[in-house]
Amino acid sequence: MQTLLQFTIDVLSLGGAYALMALGLVIVYGILKLVNFAYGELIMVAGYGLFLMNGSGLPWLVMAAVAVLLAVVTGVLTEYAAFRPVRAKSVTAVLITSFAFSTILQNAALLFISPRPRNVPLPDLFSQTVAFGGILIPARNLITIVASIGLLLLFAFLMKRTVLGIAMRAAATQFRMARMLGVPANLIISTAFAISGFFAGVVSLLWIGRIGSVTPGVGLEPLLVAFIATVIGGMRSLQGAVLGGFLLAFINTALNYLLTQDLLQFRDAFTFTLVILILLWRPEGLIRGPATGQRT
Amino acid sequence: MLEVTDLTVSYGAINAVRGVSLRLAEGELVTLLGANGAGKSSTLLAIAGALKSSGTVRVGGTDVSGWSPERMVRQGVAMVPETRDVFPDLTVAENLLLGAYARRRDRDGVAADRQRMFALFPRLQERQEQAAGTLSGGEQQMLVIARALMSRPRLLLLDEPSLGLAPTVVDQIFAMIAELKRQRLTILLVEQNASKALAVADRAYVLRLGKVAAEGRAADIAAASDLEHLYLGG
Repeated sequence: MQTLLQFTIDVLSLGGAYALMALGLVIVYGILKLVNFAYGELIMVAGYGLFLMNGSGLPWLVMAAVAVLLAVVTGVLTEYAAFRPVRAKSVTAVLITSFAFSTILQNAALLFISPRPRNVPLPDLFSQTVAFGGILIPARNLITIVASIGLLLLFAFLMKRTVLGIAMRAAATQFRMARMLGVPANLIISTAFAISGFFAGVVSLLWIGRIGSVTPGVGLEPLLVAFIATVIGGMRSLQGAVLGGFLLAFINTALNYLLTQDLLQFRDAFTFTLVILILLWRPEGLIRGPATGQRT
Repeated sequence: MLEVTDLTVSYGAINAVRGVSLRLAEGELVTLLGANGAGKSSTLLAIAGALKSSGTVRVGGTDVSGWSPERMVRQGVAMVPETRDVFPDLTVAENLLLGAYARRRDRDGVAADRQRMFALFPRLQERQEQAAGTLSGGEQQMLVIARALMSRPRLLLLDEPSLGLAPTVVDQIFAMIAELKRQRLTILLVEQNASKALAVADRAYVLRLGKVAAEGRAADIAAASDLEHLYLGG
């Protein structure tokens, strides 16, 4: 019973973080039909933002808000610098500019800060544990669960109830038609990048809250996780991204519990085998989005 | 109301529309006829700003050449594409709401127009909470026309509204077009079903291979014994 509770909390906290990562990636993919490879660097930027504010004496929540804002601004900048100039030209060009932007940001961090891990300020709460139902739970796991579920609900509400949210869902399936109804393409795309940056910023707080430090390559794993989660969940659907995130967390956590110590180092091989099996069974991902979907 | 001069649309090396000129007076219903590939849909999409083109387009005296589709909507031009393009996973009500995107701050006006659309198309009211992708072809056609009207356009561009629909539904759609004409909406209608289109239109243009092959009053074009010749040439 205690193991089950422990397991559930592990899955929910990892899954919440994964789901946010995946949503941040898929919100841009849905509109542009393109993976933003600079997504991981948005997470990195927020992490370094926290690091640079270390010792500033600001309350942690203020520092966290600034870090998230930094990721939002960088997300929108990615769109202006790397996507907008080549968007109408070719998919390959956008793919390369997104890689280029990712490399530039990583190298900037290597050059101006350090290749070595840098500690970021975290509130004490992140290292405390809570006793619950006979087990000890790291408080940061509970924070992750609450923050991710809260954000997922808020996001679902905004996408369902606001005109801009409805317009974004529409643009994800029929972009040209949405424009022919007066929905401005640039507004939709910039908003998608801003939301993506927001999720990246929050993920950064939760993710770096787990590991405690930031490196130039810190965004790589979240990017990979987000990509796999969206692929198994279904690239075309927001619900799919969330489902994929929780499923991937379930698989990873289950393997953590089931594998013996010497097999655990091969966990990723087991995970990817399962991912391949899922994709053989449902090549389109678990949730099939609308069949149509064209770029601008 | 609409004045198109020397419109040209190219897809790579292929010229789909070659120097087409059209004029529509206020409140006029004009139909654009022609065989498949004559350039009818490309002409409409270019007027709506959704396809790159050269030539000039004027709406209500304003030169709108090269404007983006979203700007054209604010200028009072609404387009119903032949592909219908409902937003499949949005509900009927959400689809209609987006039709009024350009005037979304006018909440009361939008709500009133939605009721007007429900009066015009009672089927849509019954299904307002249903995902648009689950509607029948005829219902989807009603939805995209209603959605376009939600922007309160001055000019409606209708592309093949009867395509692939059952005869009774086609009759309903044409009755609705006649009703919109009675309300003095300016309409440019592209149709394969020439006899139905000519019966409802004031004037007609016939396109062949991207050029205007004939133009005139709808009755005259309908009476022309060589309509088939005009369509297909040689």
